[in-house]
Amino acid sequence: MLKLAGVSKTFSIGSINEKRALDRVDLSLKPGEFVTVIGGNGAGKSTLFNCISGMYEIEEGQIILDGMDITNQPEYKRSRYIGRVFQDPLKGTAFDMTIEQNLAIALGKGQPADFRPGVTKKNIKYLQERLALLDLGLEDRMKDKVGLLSGGQRQALTLLMATLVKPKLLLLDEHTAALDPAIAKKVMELTRQLVEKENLSTLMITHNMKASLEFGTRTIMMHDGKIIMDIKGEERNTMTVDKLIAQFEKRSGTALENDRMLLS
Amino acid sequence: MSFQAIIGTFELGIIYGIMALGVFLSFRTLNMPDLTVDGSFVTGAAVSVVLSMSGHPILGLILAFIAGGGAGCITAFLHTKLKIQALLAGILAMLALYSINLKIMSGRANIALLNQPTVFSEFEKIIGGDYSKLILASLIVLFLIIIFYLFLNTRLGFLLRATGDNDQMVRAMGVNTDMTIFVGLGIANAFVALCGALLAQYQSYVDVGMGVGMVVIALASVIIGEVVFGISSLMRRLFAVVLGSCLYRFFIAIALELGLPADDLKLVSALIVALAISAPVLKEHYNRLKRKYSPTKPPASK
Ligand SMILES: Nc1ncnc2c1ncn2[C@@H]1O[C@H](COP(=O)(O)OP(=O)(O)O)[C@@H](O)[C@H]1O
Ligand SMILES: [Mg+2]
Repeated sequence: MLKLAGVSKTFSIGSINEKRALDRVDLSLKPGEFVTVIGGNGAGKSTLFNCISGMYEIEEGQIILDGMDITNQPEYKRSRYIGRVFQDPLKGTAFDMTIEQNLAIALGKGQPADFRPGVTKKNIKYLQERLALLDLGLEDRMKDKVGLLSGGQRQALTLLMATLVKPKLLLLDEHTAALDPAIAKKVMELTRQLVEKENLSTLMITHNMKASLEFGTRTIMMHDGKIIMDIKGEERNTMTVDKLIAQFEKRSGTALENDRMLLS
Repeated sequence: MSFQAIIGTFELGIIYGIMALGVFLSFRTLNMPDLTVDGSFVTGAAVSVVLSMSGHPILGLILAFIAGGGAGCITAFLHTKLKIQALLAGILAMLALYSINLKIMSGRANIALLNQPTVFSEFEKIIGGDYSKLILASLIVLFLIIIFYLFLNTRLGFLLRATGDNDQMVRAMGVNTDMTIFVGLGIANAFVALCGALLAQYQSYVDVGMGVGMVVIALASVIIGEVVFGISSLMRRLFAVVLGSCLYRFFIAIALELGLPADDLKLVSALIVALAISAPVLKEHYNRLKRKYSPTKPPASK
């Protein structure tokens, strides 16, 4: 489904701040595979996502999505096949527009920006049904501005918007990290349901080691712009958080300084 | 203020309201500080007067609208394709338009329409009476508000509004935000130019310098409208913007009546906008001072 070959990304080339954030990364995802991504701060996880989604151009390598070479496609074009949810709940929605309007925009993903009505009665009914599945009561607040919602409600909404038109690939970048634990749990559960029901090919960054093993079927670990670990199948089924940490320290040659990762 | 003067003030307020609608689109909806306005306003006026001179006032309005759209696209091009900051892009376009406007006016700094027909004189022939200008201006604005409202509720309109809120989200939804910015700035300046075009026919006169400070006046109208008439719904906001423009004209008319020299008008406009924009900060300062010097005892500390 997704294939990265030798993808590299360097920031501030030629300056003293030059930073190779991705170093010849290879990665291949099967259709419907749900992969969790872990790694310390600055390992290059977000950069990997931003290169796949086209927010950054890469200087070498190739990105293939479902047989299409999207390496040089502008961000907005590949967005038609890629759903994204960021860590920051403010990034996924238009705050001064209503829930209904936000969802209507998402429902029209891939369609031309033309003079058809932005939202129709028929759409509203369908969107309400989809919202009801989130079980947050948002279906009764269709005319409320998104700016009025809590962070958790917004992330759930963003998740729905990212998958309303089925994407070929779903990218989740620590999308529950900014939420209260109880809501974070709820959004993670929603994520699992959506991904499983639609059988979405998914990459999910998480700082929670336990979650990285609980969700999905495969876990990759990044360090210093490289994928240093890729566990799946039997190896993953028997993996524990302790073993994972030990493996990380052995392979990266550094202690896992980042206690944010160990928590919870 | 005489009754005649009140009607005249309304006429001006409504005509300038068209410009305020355009600036509402760029500054508020698209969230972009677009300074093209001072130039595109005159572009509209110049096109309008030149065509009225040859007996085509209505065509003058239409072409002014289109020319304004082109002016907005210059700024959009500088901003999106050449990555120049929005403010600077607008200033550059404004500067370039000054020369272009002079060219449209065949190098003359001002042109007066002497007994050539304008949309106002033609309309007066049809319905007659003292209110024909007011009626025509109101009809045009009403029409524009409705079109504007319908447009903002199309899919393209939604995407334009979302671009102002969160352009990242719009790209994530598969839409090119360069495109929405072109459309937004184009329409905004088309409205501004149409305003200049109507005003030029209204006063039968165009001056290449008449655009100076227009963006500030339009912004003042938008802010006054929002504060006084509310922002609870989109339709209400659009009417508020036009009514804000009328209120602004009344402030100016009253200030002139009270003896303010006309030379000081721009100073006053700048002050109004500065005060209106900084109102929340000023209020905060005021509250802090009030707390500091309030005679009541502060709450007992732990
Ligand atoms: N826009 C940017 N400009 C410059 N450096 C960046 C930028 N984004 C990320 N980096 C650098 O690239 C490295 C990887 O960052 P990132 O991908 O955000 O890490 P992670 O998401 O794994 O914490 C870091 O050293 C970071 O400072
Ligand atoms: Mg990150």
